[in-house]
Amino acid sequence: MHPAPSVITFTTLSGLGFGLLFWLGLGLPAITGWVAFTFLAVAYALAVGGLMASTFHLGHPERAWKAFRQWRSSWLSREGVCAVAALLVMAAYGAGLVFLDTRLVTLGTLGTVLSLATVFTTSMIYAQLRSVPRWNTALTPALLIAISLAGGALLAGQISAALILLPVAGVLQILWWVRGDTALQGSGTTLASATGIGGIGAVRAFEPPHTGPNYLLREMVFQVGRNHARRLRIIAFGLGYALPVLLVLLPFSHALAALAVLSHIAGILASRWLFFAEAEHVVGLYYGKR
Amino acid sequence: MTYQQPQIDTSPHVSDEVRKTTCYMCACRCGINVHMKDGKVAYIEGNRDHPVNKGVLCAKGSAGIMQVNAPSRLRAPLKRVGPRGSGAFEEISWDEALQIACDWLKPIRETDPSKLAFFTGRDQSQSFTSFWAQNFGTPNYAAHGGFCSVNMAAAGIYTMGGSFWEFGQPDWDLTRLFLLFGVAEDHDSNPIKMGIGRLKARGARIIGVNPIRSGYNAVADDWVGITPGTDGLFILSLVHELMRAGKIDLDYLARYTNAPVLVNADPASPEHGLFLRNTDGKPIVIDRNTGQPAAFDTAGIFPDLSATHEQDGITHRPVMHLIAERYLDPQYAPEAVSERCGITPDKIRRIAAEIARVAFDEAITLDHAWTDFRGETHKTMTGRPVSFHAMRGISAHSNGFQTCRALHLLQILLGTVEVPGGFRFKPPYPKPVSAHPTPHCHSKPNCALDGPHLGFVRGPEDLALRDDGRPARIDKAFTWENPMSSHGLMHMVISNAHAGDPYKIDTLFLYMANMSWNSSMNTRGVIDMLTDKDEAGNYVIPHIIYSDAYSSEMVAYADLILPDTTYLERHDCISMLDRPICEADAAADAIRWPVVTPDRDVRGFQTVLIQLANKLALPGFTTADGSARYADYADYIVSHERKPGIGPLMGFRGDGTETGRGAPNPEQLQRYIENGSFFINHIPEGAQYYKPWNSAYQDWAVATGLYDTPQPYVFDLYVEPMRKFQLAAEGHGDRQPPDHLRAQIKTTMDPLPIWYPPFEDVAIDTAQYPLHALTQRPMAMYHSWGTQNAWLRQIHGHNPLYLPTGLWQRHGFADGDWARVTSAHGAITVPVAHMAALNENTVWTWNAIGKRKGTWALSADAPEATRGFLLNHLIHELLPEKGDGLRWSNSDPITGQAAWFDLRVRIEKTTPPAEAQPTFDPIKSPVRQGPETLRWSVGK
Amino acid sequence: MTSLPEKTTRKLGLVIDLDTCVGCHACVVSCKGWNTENYGAPLSDQSPYGGDPSGTFLNRVHSYEVQPLATSALPHPSTQLIHFPKSCLHCEDAPCVTVCPTGASFKRIEDGIVLVNESDCIGCGLCAWACPYGAREMDAAEGVMKKCTLCVDRIYNQNLPEVDRVPACVRTCPAGARHFGDFSDPESHVSKLTAERGGMDLMPEQGTKPVNKYLPPRPKDRLDQPAPTGEIDILAPLLAPVIAEPTGFLLWLDRALEKI
Repeated sequence: MHPAPSVITFTTLSGLGFGLLFWLGLGLPAITGWVAFTFLAVAYALAVGGLMASTFHLGHPERAWKAFRQWRSSWLSREGVCAVAALLVMAAYGAGLVFLDTRLVTLGTLGTVLSLATVFTTSMIYAQLRSVPRWNTALTPALLIAISLAGGALLAGQISAALILLPVAGVLQILWWVRGDTALQGSGTTLASATGIGGIGAVRAFEPPHTGPNYLLREMVFQVGRNHARRLRIIAFGLGYALPVLLVLLPFSHALAALAVLSHIAGILASRWLFFAEAEHVVGLYYGKR
Repeated sequence: MTYQQPQIDTSPHVSDEVRKTTCYMCACRCGINVHMKDGKVAYIEGNRDHPVNKGVLCAKGSAGIMQVNAPSRLRAPLKRVGPRGSGAFEEISWDEALQIACDWLKPIRETDPSKLAFFTGRDQSQSFTSFWAQNFGTPNYAAHGGFCSVNMAAAGIYTMGGSFWEFGQPDWDLTRLFLLFGVAEDHDSNPIKMGIGRLKARGARIIGVNPIRSGYNAVADDWVGITPGTDGLFILSLVHELMRAGKIDLDYLARYTNAPVLVNADPASPEHGLFLRNTDGKPIVIDRNTGQPAAFDTAGIFPDLSATHEQDGITHRPVMHLIAERYLDPQYAPEAVSERCGITPDKIRRIAAEIARVAFDEAITLDHAWTDFRGETHKTMTGRPVSFHAMRGISAHSNGFQTCRALHLLQILLGTVEVPGGFRFKPPYPKPVSAHPTPHCHSKPNCALDGPHLGFVRGPEDLALRDDGRPARIDKAFTWENPMSSHGLMHMVISNAHAGDPYKIDTLFLYMANMSWNSSMNTRGVIDMLTDKDEAGNYVIPHIIYSDAYSSEMVAYADLILPDTTYLERHDCISMLDRPICEADAAADAIRWPVVTPDRDVRGFQTVLIQLANKLALPGFTTADGSARYADYADYIVSHERKPGIGPLMGFRGDGTETGRGAPNPEQLQRYIENGSFFINHIPEGAQYYKPWNSAYQDWAVATGLYDTPQPYVFDLYVEPMRKFQLAAEGHGDRQPPDHLRAQIKTTMDPLPIWYPPFEDVAIDTAQYPLHALTQRPMAMYHSWGTQNAWLRQIHGHNPLYLPTGLWQRHGFADGDWARVTSAHGAITVPVAHMAALNENTVWTWNAIGKRKGTWALSADAPEATRGFLLNHLIHELLPEKGDGLRWSNSDPITGQAAWFDLRVRIEKTTPPAEAQPTFDPIKSPVRQGPETLRWSVGK
Repeated sequence: MTSLPEKTTRKLGLVIDLDTCVGCHACVVSCKGWNTENYGAPLSDQSPYGGDPSGTFLNRVHSYEVQPLATSALPHPSTQLIHFPKSCLHCEDAPCVTVCPTGASFKRIEDGIVLVNESDCIGCGLCAWACPYGAREMDAAEGVMKKCTLCVDRIYNQNLPEVDRVPACVRTCPAGARHFGDFSDPESHVSKLTAERGGMDLMPEQGTKPVNKYLPPRPKDRLDQPAPTGEIDILAPLLAPVIAEPTGFLLWLDRALEKI
């Protein structure tokens, strides 16, 4: 898939934001007043900023509100509903923390659940797609939730949680990559099944339908070099998971913590770029690009 | 919860009005329904009632809306203000434009009309443009058939009075085996697609013979990936096998061909090889019933294919004997031709056997009684359901004429022409050579030419030579170099005019012919000739007038541009006098009319010719009192009479009820428009087959005005006029060829089909140039330049050179690579791609995709101009020197057809250049570039 | 609503005959023309006269080469070329519909046509991602998803003659390689063609249950195949020589003429 900056930014930042909200809803860290406001502001900036970024790739952002209507069937709609619900609930919860110095536990727990649900629904947007075998696995929600919670934990200063979640996410990341590399092959979808003529012999794409480019090629037939991908995976793993773990194991300092967070974000951005760039949509088969 | 869904309007308004006219996106001439909204073209679809396309329409036809609105449309007459080739023009008025043209043409006409060379390219009004040229008095007129397919047309007409192309068709409903030779998507494209669809629906077998397995060949049940230029040899091998097995239709050959005609067999006789004729000049056969000689058409005889005849001490043998001797020779055995053709002997035999099986074991009989020209009534019609079709692939070779003849020989030996299940003519064909004119070339100041320019020579006496033996025509058509050049040689005009050989001209007048680009061999050379100046600093070709609707590459090389309309803005007639739209079962013709009004200062070219004719007071255009006979082309279409009662259009003549013959009817165009812009005249049932010999058809043709009297004839397996040229080359007769051409004439003008290697193969070292290089037009662009079309250019915006697997692997090519391609004439550097379904020694590309920067209202970075390329740069109109002091023509020695499929090349991998090579300087565009975005919708 | 109907009354769709399609692109451009002027926003073109022309098309014709396996009897089988038109297959389990967050994508209960209600489309592109066939293209000028409508504005259109109430691509196809009809009716032309010719689904493993069917190419190049038992016996006698050399031919000719 075309690694659209808006979508990469959205999923990375909003995942981080909702991850932070997850922890804040649980009262971790136990903060109120201006400190709480600051944490909440960061979380909202990330989550809402991410949501805003996601609207950049819409053809008609002004109709975005219509996306709440199909929550019964559409994971994208559910994501919108969950996100807004999470943000509203956490706003009320946050108001309690900031203005009343009171932690409304039920509201916080509900916010936590909704934040988790938001990340889960986001992940299901991708995981549901059989047309992208690399995404079409339970490992996708597992990975995205783990990343979100780990990042949230880092931001929320939940070091011990982060020290568990970051390695978990790292392991899931590797499992996801390993599985993903054979996912298209394992899906059973091939140029032969796509054209139905494989029974005659080996099928090879000859002339493309148009010599000119088209939406499908731009959007879904992104190709990334093998070496480039390997380098990026190393960067993603190093910055996203390994380095933050090392940094938080060092004696605490705000600078190191900030560095851990930035490293994590950079690593996750790389991971997310690969998430799209390496996602081989089966339509590429028709164009001989798989 | 019940399922809810949005409500949509399933019956929206489609259009305000449907205007029916005729497509001009290629040479097919389909009927179209032009849907109009708010006075603009909203949608174009096929006309279901139309005989050609019956409702269907190809990609080009549907894309007509983008052609009619293309930004590349010329907007007003243009006068050149910069050097030729710069593209610097100023817009002028029509009055000024016509005055300039007259100022050039009038003195020519008054002194030497042959100083005008008037050639039309994709002209669909040749009966009119030739009429204009004839009345101007110049001998120098032709359309583009000389580089298109004259081999096919001439071979068909000389052999059987009709040809493939759009002039005949397989009997799609009854044929069971269809062999398709070398079709590179051609004329009659929708009818062929429709026909193939009908065969497929019935499960009939299709065999494709083509080095490239694309298009129709891709759906063929069997593919024969033949080596280019060897089709004739393959066909003659099939003939060999079929004759050896006796699988030929003797009854058909005896009755309907000249196989029984007696030929002078005495090598010492000055008439050796000519027919024995009676005092009326009719060829003689032996009547098998009586054993006595008789004229071939004598009532009650059964011509004998076998009997010889002594007369005046000279043995005369039937043509059939010569055929047997020629084709039973082991040189045509499958083993002997296999390697050359690239087809295994087994496969040749199996194809021959399959042909024999279907032709004879699956013969069909229709219960249609009919009477032949000898007066014999047949209770039934026998059909041999094997049909053939062919065009350019076998035609554009230097052995193309004889190859096409060989294919007709095969068809006729099988008895599959004009029979149920076989190949059928469309009116006005069948039409024997004797019913066609001979060429005319005698021009005098202030006079019309002595007759039609183009025709069919019967012998050396009909060549277009001046009294001193020099060619009378600028293109040297109908000369010893190419005696049967029935379509002229448009591709030689510029180089001959530049060389002043056979003489200098003053004005070159071209219509719809992109001679400085894809319509010329040796493009660079032609550009240089068009811009070359003499010592005095004047252009060697002093004046060039060009008419085109679009900003093509040729525009920049003219001094005066007469902008044409698009096809939806004009009157036209697709006439029985020209190239009509008939079906095998019906005569049909059609018109175009202005379904939209031009938004520019442009005029239909034919109307401009009439305006010029009126200014010049040309005879055929002027009444006795000196006034103009025709106001414009529409007026000409309705009121012109070629013969009394016969005009351009067949339908609604006289009072509107007369067909074929009748007085001009002022309401005629309106009646055509009301009828969907076409007219159809069905052939009666008993007259639909065996047309050349069927009295019912002959009578219908006379009533329709195709002939003045019945013209029955027999097929010429042996073409006697060719033998007359051979006799001349052998020293007989008073019109003698130059000595250097004697050998060529003796060899190639064989009256029975032969095969010889393409000339380029002989002229060059084929080890140095081991590959054949071909082009084909893509179906989505065939015969329409297409580049200005926003939709079509997305489908074919650039063209790779396709390489076969072995070559691809040997050179280590990968996707995205480029190659340098070298011929004996030049080199190009182009992108390559792999194609496995391709003859192993052939490379090919889509033709005419490459464009020059600055043309067609495209941006300079258009893929057509950066990656697209032409093979034309590799082809020359002359063969390489071979040391005899002569440059031999790169064309068929019989017809002069440009032999661009003879091209041989070699290839090497190279680093990709920035752009396909060679590159040309950009031309200043006379029109503005197109918009950044199209959101085409007229109704909202 | 973007849930799929449990069952549609009819199943309208296309049969595309890969044995007949000559790859002429007539359907592509006819579709472009009709749908530029009709249903929803025009199909726009970017850089139509420029260096990178790219527009919205709802139907495109691919082409593939197929190399049959070499066998000892046929060591060099000819490569085949197959033209392959592709547009929306109007799947029964259309993933493009269920992913739509706004309800703009829907499958009609009366005929199963999958449509986009453009006024509800936010242009998120997820439906195009969900489609394994590449049947949906986002219009770059309009920002909404475009797809084959099966010419829903033709097939019921009272303003068109009844004979023309078929999709534009079917009406225009010169070779007759495209057929339109109701697959829920086993007696329909399309159902019968599918049954007779072994009509197949594309990517059946994707579980989309496409309505459109493709008829496979018929076996090719049988003249190259080693003759199945009997066939050589059918063809060989047809070429049994009647003569040995030219004079022999003339003897045969004479005898054969006696029989006419």
